[in-house]
Amino acid sequence: MNTPAWFAAARSRLLLLAIVLLANVLVAPGFLEVRLVDGRLFGGIIDILNRGAPVMLLAVGMAPVIATRGIDLSVGAVMAIAGAVAAATVNAGHAWPVAILAALGTGLACGLWNGVLVTIFRMQPIVATLILMVAGRGIAQMITQGRVLTFTDAGLAGVSSASLLGLPLPVLLALAAAIGTGLLVRGTALGLFIESVGTSPRAARLAGVPAPALLIGVYVWSGLMAALAGLIATADIRGADANNAGLWLELDAILAVVIGGTSLYGGRFSIGLSVLGALILQGMRTCILRSGLPPELNLLLMAVVVALVLVVQSPACGPVLARMTARLTRRGTA
Amino acid sequence: MKGFATWGAMALMLAVMTGCGEKASTDKAADKTAPGGLTIGFSQIGSESGWRAAETKLARSEAEKRGITLKVSDAQQQQANQIKAVRSFIAQGVDAILLAPVISSGWDEVLGEAKAANIPVVLLDRLIDTADPSLYLSSVTSDTVEEGRVAGRWLAEKLAGRDCRVVELQGTIGASLVANRKKGFEEGIAGPGNIQIVRTQSGDFTRAKGKEVMEGFIKAEAPGSICAVYAHNDDMMIGAIQAMKEAGLKPGSDILAVSIDGVPDIFKAMADGDANATVELTPNMAGPAYDMLTAYKKDGTVPPKWVQTPSTLYLPDTAAAEYERRKDLY
Repeated sequence: MNTPAWFAAARSRLLLLAIVLLANVLVAPGFLEVRLVDGRLFGGIIDILNRGAPVMLLAVGMAPVIATRGIDLSVGAVMAIAGAVAAATVNAGHAWPVAILAALGTGLACGLWNGVLVTIFRMQPIVATLILMVAGRGIAQMITQGRVLTFTDAGLAGVSSASLLGLPLPVLLALAAAIGTGLLVRGTALGLFIESVGTSPRAARLAGVPAPALLIGVYVWSGLMAALAGLIATADIRGADANNAGLWLELDAILAVVIGGTSLYGGRFSIGLSVLGALILQGMRTCILRSGLPPELNLLLMAVVVALVLVVQSPACGPVLARMTARLTRRGTA
Repeated sequence: MKGFATWGAMALMLAVMTGCGEKASTDKAADKTAPGGLTIGFSQIGSESGWRAAETKLARSEAEKRGITLKVSDAQQQQANQIKAVRSFIAQGVDAILLAPVISSGWDEVLGEAKAANIPVVLLDRLIDTADPSLYLSSVTSDTVEEGRVAGRWLAEKLAGRDCRVVELQGTIGASLVANRKKGFEEGIAGPGNIQIVRTQSGDFTRAKGKEVMEGFIKAEAPGSICAVYAHNDDMMIGAIQAMKEAGLKPGSDILAVSIDGVPDIFKAMADGDANATVELTPNMAGPAYDMLTAYKKDGTVPPKWVQTPSTLYLPDTAAAEYERRKDLY
């Protein structure tokens, strides 16, 4: 691995994240404080990591899909289904590990469905996953019968509330998924294969890359990550809210991946930068929610900042920014 | 192998599609003919929330009590389905139609057809935009400003003049309901100026957002300085209660909690001492509609254009019993 090249790509996103964190400090002066309460770290940065965990997971699943020139619009709905399955399973009297396995299995099945539609039926990914995006929420509503399906099982609630080494479990799950996936795709040739499918499926096949299996694989992985995100969202409120769990989060995940520099035309992706993208988004959201500005401005502010971020990262502005950040880091290290 | 996968996927897809189709059809089980009683058609929006499911259940049980034959049609959130349902009720020659409109515009034509057929229409729980109010006989909805006012007055009385910094969890921005519940609460706490809303943010009516926003409020305000939370619905409050507990605070005593709707889970929270008050948005919208229709059909009593359902305040003392009464309804 070429560390300087990786750092060059990460530099502008790290700078963005730093700006977002600075904005948070400005609206809430105690933001950077981290305290230990009941063995669990407590503070603004932890909140961003914890609240950002579902979108981080979705971005980890979404980046490889987008690298194959695909897209997965169904992840929000898969979150809702997985949450509903988990809540219904513990409420039916099963132990929480069974519920978690059932939810993850559901995510795998949803991913497989998307993968089969895209690979075997050769549907356009945007259309294929749109089917599950629409139908999935209906399936989740059928499971919960339109109610918020609450549960009291401490084991399942622990997916969100438990902590290890002071860090909330959702943060650890998201980081583990990101690092694991990152090692898997960059430690082996898998990432290169995925990118080759996105660049030219035909050339990839002729070069001996098992394109169909890879394509199905990335959708299955995305489904699995979505199910994990759904478990966290459901455990967080101790209830499966089929109407609202993961609502519009597919768009956040796509945005996170794009802010991370992955091209929607496929052929190039980065897990680490996508996760940074998710954290930048969550940092902005937290800042806006805590700013005390009228809530009518929430969406407008978010849109303006996202537009600015994308303009700054555009090919037209990229070189200028790279020069600026290079100068900054040189000065910093000198 | 590949062929098998293809067929398997097709079969699954077909199963999903037919599953969706079934729900849209008119509920035939409810078509029992009661001799002599009225026959009423009810075009319901769907069953997207526990409240709406309860509204449908109560419409059925209240009809049964009065010997009314009720035909329910679930529109699955589609206006087109509602228009179809109203037309089919007209064709069946029902005595009256209840309509819970999914959106406010675009009803003039089909309601004109009902009027021409001399079938009175009563709007339930939502109003419509029309230039011709004679298209419907009456409407039964709650007074959403009053709901906020009741919540605000409760807090003012509870505090008895003490100073209080309140944080507010608003519903989805842009809904008239949100503007009304906000305005009503502000009216309810108005007076000596001891109660101040120090922070207000949207929690989109959901538990997850309510929790996230409350987490932010707790961090942004000095420790111990928030004295009460007002949430525009119970779901956001349930999320906020979790946020308070996770921050080591005691909702219900450290921070007073008042919200609106009266869903079963908030009664459970009140019974556990985590919440202090809720204002009920009653799901019994059909009951008053049946009464006015029965009177109208019997001796032509024209009901008022707008009938308000009561906004009742519930406190922890009755919470356990109220929870038992409601848990199977929602």
